[in-house]
Amino acid sequence: MKKRKLCLVGNGMAGVRCMEEILKLAPDLFDITIFGREPHPNYNRILLSSVLAGDADIRDIVLNDWNWYEQNGITLYTGETVTSIDAEQRNIYTDCGRVESYDDLILATGSLPFMLPLPGIDKEGVIAFRDINDCKTMMEASKTYKKAVVIGGGLLGLEAARGLLNLSMDVSVVHIFDNIMERQLDPVASKLLQSELEKQGIRFLLEKQSAEILGDTRVTGLRFADGTAEEADLIVMAVGIRPNAALAQESGIEVKRGIVVNDYMETNIDHVYAVGECAEHRGTVYGLVAPLFEQGKVLAKRICQMDAAPYEGSTLHTKLKISGVNVFSAGEFMDTSDTRAIRVHDEWEGVYKKVLVRDDQVVGAVLFGDTKDSTRILEMIRTNATISELQRVAILQNLSSSSGASELDYVAAMSSDEIICGCNGVSKGTIVEAIYEHGLNSVEGVKKCTGASRSCGGCKPLVANLLQCVLGDQAQTSNQKEPICTCTTLSRDELVREIQEKCLTSVREVMHVLDWTEPEGCSKCRPAINYYLNMVFPELHEDERESRFVNERMHANIQKDGTYSVVPRMYGGVTSPAELKKIAEVAEKYQVPLVKVTGGQRLDLLGVKKEDLPNVWRDLDMPSGYAYGKAIRTVKTCVGSDFCRFGTQNSIQMGIDIEKAFERLDTPAKIKMAVSGCPRNCAESLIKDIGVVGIDGGWEIYIGGNGGVHAKVAQLLCKVKTNEEVMEWVGAFLQYYRENANYGERTSAWMERIGLSSIQRALENTETRRELNYRIAAALGVLSDPWQDIIQKENIRQLFENVAVNV
Amino acid sequence: MKLEIMQLEQLPVHTGRVIQVFGHEIALFRLGNGKIRAVENRCPHKGGPLAEGIVSGDYVFCPLHDWKICLADGNVQSPDTGCVKTFQTEIEENRIYIMIEPQEQGERRESLVPEQGLVNQK
Repeated sequence: MKKRKLCLVGNGMAGVRCMEEILKLAPDLFDITIFGREPHPNYNRILLSSVLAGDADIRDIVLNDWNWYEQNGITLYTGETVTSIDAEQRNIYTDCGRVESYDDLILATGSLPFMLPLPGIDKEGVIAFRDINDCKTMMEASKTYKKAVVIGGGLLGLEAARGLLNLSMDVSVVHIFDNIMERQLDPVASKLLQSELEKQGIRFLLEKQSAEILGDTRVTGLRFADGTAEEADLIVMAVGIRPNAALAQESGIEVKRGIVVNDYMETNIDHVYAVGECAEHRGTVYGLVAPLFEQGKVLAKRICQMDAAPYEGSTLHTKLKISGVNVFSAGEFMDTSDTRAIRVHDEWEGVYKKVLVRDDQVVGAVLFGDTKDSTRILEMIRTNATISELQRVAILQNLSSSSGASELDYVAAMSSDEIICGCNGVSKGTIVEAIYEHGLNSVEGVKKCTGASRSCGGCKPLVANLLQCVLGDQAQTSNQKEPICTCTTLSRDELVREIQEKCLTSVREVMHVLDWTEPEGCSKCRPAINYYLNMVFPELHEDERESRFVNERMHANIQKDGTYSVVPRMYGGVTSPAELKKIAEVAEKYQVPLVKVTGGQRLDLLGVKKEDLPNVWRDLDMPSGYAYGKAIRTVKTCVGSDFCRFGTQNSIQMGIDIEKAFERLDTPAKIKMAVSGCPRNCAESLIKDIGVVGIDGGWEIYIGGNGGVHAKVAQLLCKVKTNEEVMEWVGAFLQYYRENANYGERTSAWMERIGLSSIQRALENTETRRELNYRIAAALGVLSDPWQDIIQKENIRQLFENVAVNV
Repeated sequence: MKLEIMQLEQLPVHTGRVIQVFGHEIALFRLGNGKIRAVENRCPHKGGPLAEGIVSGDYVFCPLHDWKICLADGNVQSPDTGCVKTFQTEIEENRIYIMIEPQEQGERRESLVPEQGLVNQK
């Protein structure tokens, strides 16, 4: 049978998702061609804000990579725009002069950002927030410019603003109404959100109508209708989107606001369909992801000539994707004369929940601060559930009733057709079926197989709970199971167990014995395996230089221009005139462009040429400060009792002792430490992986602090009396972290994952601490200063030299 | 033109070395399967020195932002795009040779200063 020719215009989420459905239903029915204007494969547009916020890389958000198109025999033209359709001859024409015929044609042209027609709109630095290119423009602009203004206080505008804030820009959000996100939130939730975002650093200019963009070639500011103005080096327009329906309109297809479709996504022209943001269904144009996927399913069945239930519209719901801010809205959200509300407003915890009820039926909800119930409430709205199914509100519920067990009960009690993944419309039944049929035991597996949690990722915990419900203990370990990289299906724990049980002693052997799909691994797994081997068999495994990241191979920190930075060890941040002279001489001799004091109280020589490194080390004649590695970094100290009139303990000596005891040690991720001589904490001990604080008659040991992207205050591990006990506890904690954390996982993230109390329980036994210290001593025993080693070894020193070929 | 670069044992497996010739800066690699690869030492993304990347199979991962580049044809792997220039190489009697024409002028990285020449034209 000859295949039918199916063309898709638009290589975005809605269209490609529909294609996936079609391939699932009838893999051999069609000869498929896809046209995309952007030069990328299909990516997750919803997660662009995460890319901007620095939480994800562009490659992380690709949904279907180039291989997917190839494997499914799809012809893909990217960077090519379809310019017209001849519906009579069934041909389409592109801007590259291509003519393609079709039997069936799907239009999934999405939408275009709406640009306010302001004077000065064409100036440099005025952009929308819609695609990867806009994202790149913003990231680029943040390097040179300081002041960003986002026009539009809706979902997209706020996510753009948060992203720009992460890029260290000053951000103001301009909004024409007095409430932000007024299309999803009631005034109470809106004001709560605004004050939370103001705390994070976003400025709001409300009830401001933009009038003119100021500047010569590049934007310098924005003037408002009331005569005031705001400075701006970058203006991001996020006032809304409009369906991209021009192509359809010019080709004689019926268009109102969007391309008009019936309940089966058919346009008024035979064999032409439309799906997604470009389509108008029963007078509604949807701009959120879940409806697009529901439409795609209906269309897939229709186009494969199978019976399909008609598409009857979607309940709108949305979540704001800003980390640390939980906002959810679904269905109706404004009180009206015929609705009644169930409201909880906990100003103490910053939680606001409102469920709107009409005639005993749940018709909408707004949640702020705590969105755990969002899936359940959405399902109630969808199924027109009555409030009799709602639990009575209890003030200050007992803590134990909100523990993990009740979450499991909740997922167990869900009916099989209840939706778990709202974005992709995946029901509990579908997931359970897939778990049994394909032997799945991980969230990742469920995601790959069913699509659940593939879009916004909000339902991951629910999927994990469901896995545990279905598989019990089998999923227990695999509950958080994520393969360490795409070369293997093994999780970190499984890998370490295999190394121990099979006594594997080289990266090569690990990959060979454990069936790695890439025989030599990748940049993710190679350094990880090398670390685990060193950790399990410190004396047996010979460290593998070629599996180390450049910094740990060169023992210096690579900079953007290919030069390196050199930080010599200064125990406890203490130096001497002689040492300072030596450093100054080296800096002059090798024309080091920048000498800087680091955050960890060290001196950093920046811009050293690769070929100079061994000589710089030789002349410095100081130990490596390991400022480049996943290793013990620095111990920062305050002046302490020797000089300080408040000091209760000798923090300098304690810092030096700790640093000397554990220097050179490899750890899953970098370890920063600090010792303060009194609770005033001048050494900032509470934002370190390990912070030691002197108190009258003893010390407090804090763990899991972090001063970086995800700032976190350290938590108290224990109080001890003597200096020896400090060393014993620090050693035991370090080794416990080395043996249990994932490679690359900082103590703060690790502690968040496993809990402070589990660490305290593990370390409370004296005997366990002794054993841990015994093992850490073994690991330290095989280490020596890498700088001196390289100076001694001619064959390695040679690798730092460039080879000039003279002709 | 065929130029001798270095002895085979001067190039450890999986560790890149930087070669300067005719104004080109070239990253030279010895793969796990014994093959020698040579590409321009500049990632098309931000100019990262590819010679310092982790080598796996026929690929190198740029040390700056982890772009994956095929050493056989120079193509950047998806989802990133681009291409680096590749050069033919040969091994003869434990010596490594590179095929390169004098008129192919490369882009020179300013921060790296050429060392004294180690080998001569054959």
